[in-house]
Amino acid sequence: MRKRVLSSMLGGLISLTMFTPSWAFEGSAEQGKIAAAVCMACHQADGSGMHMPGGESWPRLAGLDAAYLYKQLVEFKEGQRVNASMAPFAAMLNDTQMRDVAVYFSQLPATQGKGGEAADADLLARGEKLATQGDWDLYIPSCQSCHGPDNQGAGEHFPGIAGQHAGYLARQLKDWQAGVRKNDPQNLMVPIASRMSERDIQAVSAWLSLQPSQAN
Amino acid sequence: MFPKYSILVLALSTVSVVSQAQENPWQVTFPEPKEGQYVHTPPTLEDLEASNLHPELKRVIRRGHDLFVNTQQLRGENVFNDMNCSSCHLGEGRLPFATPIWAAAVTLPDYRPKNDHVNNLEERIAGCFSYSMNGTPPEYGSDNMLALAAYHNWLAKGVPIYQPGNTLYGRGYPIEKPEREASWEKGADLYQVHCSLCHAEDGQGLKVRGEVQFPPLWGDDSYNWGAGISRVFTLAGFIHHNMPLGQPRSLSVQDSWDLAAYINRQERPQDPRYTGDVVETREKYLDTFHTHTQYGLEHQGQLLGDHENTGGKDFLKPEVLKPRTYR
Repeated sequence: MRKRVLSSMLGGLISLTMFTPSWAFEGSAEQGKIAAAVCMACHQADGSGMHMPGGESWPRLAGLDAAYLYKQLVEFKEGQRVNASMAPFAAMLNDTQMRDVAVYFSQLPATQGKGGEAADADLLARGEKLATQGDWDLYIPSCQSCHGPDNQGAGEHFPGIAGQHAGYLARQLKDWQAGVRKNDPQNLMVPIASRMSERDIQAVSAWLSLQPSQAN
Repeated sequence: MFPKYSILVLALSTVSVVSQAQENPWQVTFPEPKEGQYVHTPPTLEDLEASNLHPELKRVIRRGHDLFVNTQQLRGENVFNDMNCSSCHLGEGRLPFATPIWAAAVTLPDYRPKNDHVNNLEERIAGCFSYSMNGTPPEYGSDNMLALAAYHNWLAKGVPIYQPGNTLYGRGYPIEKPEREASWEKGADLYQVHCSLCHAEDGQGLKVRGEVQFPPLWGDDSYNWGAGISRVFTLAGFIHHNMPLGQPRSLSVQDSWDLAAYINRQERPQDPRYTGDVVETREKYLDTFHTHTQYGLEHQGQLLGDHENTGGKDFLKPEVLKPRTYR
């Protein structure tokens, strides 16, 4: 009896912390727009971010899931996600502001990514295969098996990656590989990234950046 | 690794597998083939393009692949739940320890205890549609059935047919018995920790813009009480070798059994072989099937499967599921 109560309480806790559907995520886009002033130097007023060849690309935030964005901000601030550029900005925001900023960017229309324009047909074909079918001979499931139809995101745990900047996507995959980024739920991303070659990373990042960032 | 079985078998090059594992802790290591096991690496779609098969045959095999990985295109016609073939047969039906489908192509026709007669490949595929997809199969000999069968045969390219016994490496979801009896209560807690992120706390999975992203594990849109994977050992093997996605064999044998006991204790559409009485149905198919399920057993004051709910379809049993006799 006691055990059942305990496990149902555990279930309740988990549901509060992990399973709140993103549509139920609360925050004020209006307040978020004000608080987001500190974000715009890099992520731009329209949330489109910037692809920087050879440099640190700034991700597109527009149209990403609010709960996902909020989780990243919290983890930049608390140190589970380490990035020298982001840490000071996340530290400026309190919890309410982080929620508001997340809601604000989530409601902006998703803009198109850059960085795949120069990729050749062979590289793009490899990228498309990885993104849509995976390469099971290397035990790499497809991106879309988690990241949603057309890789445009699935719930709060699997962000849209289609139409994201190639430079950002490649950096993340390398960071997962190197153990620099490790805030994936249940360690879902690290093993997959670890099985990708440098060329695979370039290929999938280039292909994804050219795909529509949101459904029509 | 997957493409290296032949190396494994030929040279027993465990050394190279170990050194790979040291380079990358997430490198997948498959169980070693047992002595005498036949190891087969199924060809890919790229191999198909490069082959000298007739272009029309290539087209049909590609169609079979497309149906296999996106079976939801037959929703409402043949499929009446949220499953794709590739939901259970991972890696486009090629992956070992995830019921690679080439095995069916080289062992059928064969006697099948489940329906007590000799089944060919099309009839075996029909079983998946009737139980795992809670639906009704494409007609025997139809374009779609032919395409699916052709894809199975293509994946078996080069494998000798009718090899004796269980000699096919990676067939099914093999798993040892657990150390203690499977506990659905422990499974319930494990489920929330390991599975609910994708399959949801209530087991109903996730849909995105109306498309199935993560399939429901129970309820009206999941496999029915007659599906092979409703047997606890089958689901335990699936989980152990394949879940969470990308982390094969990360859950222990015991945890996999506990999870399977929990998931397969949840309600799901009626067994198409239902006689109108769940206890009688369990008894009728006990030895060949239900001894491994929890169907007809008591759970929290109710008999599991004691209902008339057929899920998303408005019939109980597809007409093609019938006995076959020779006189």
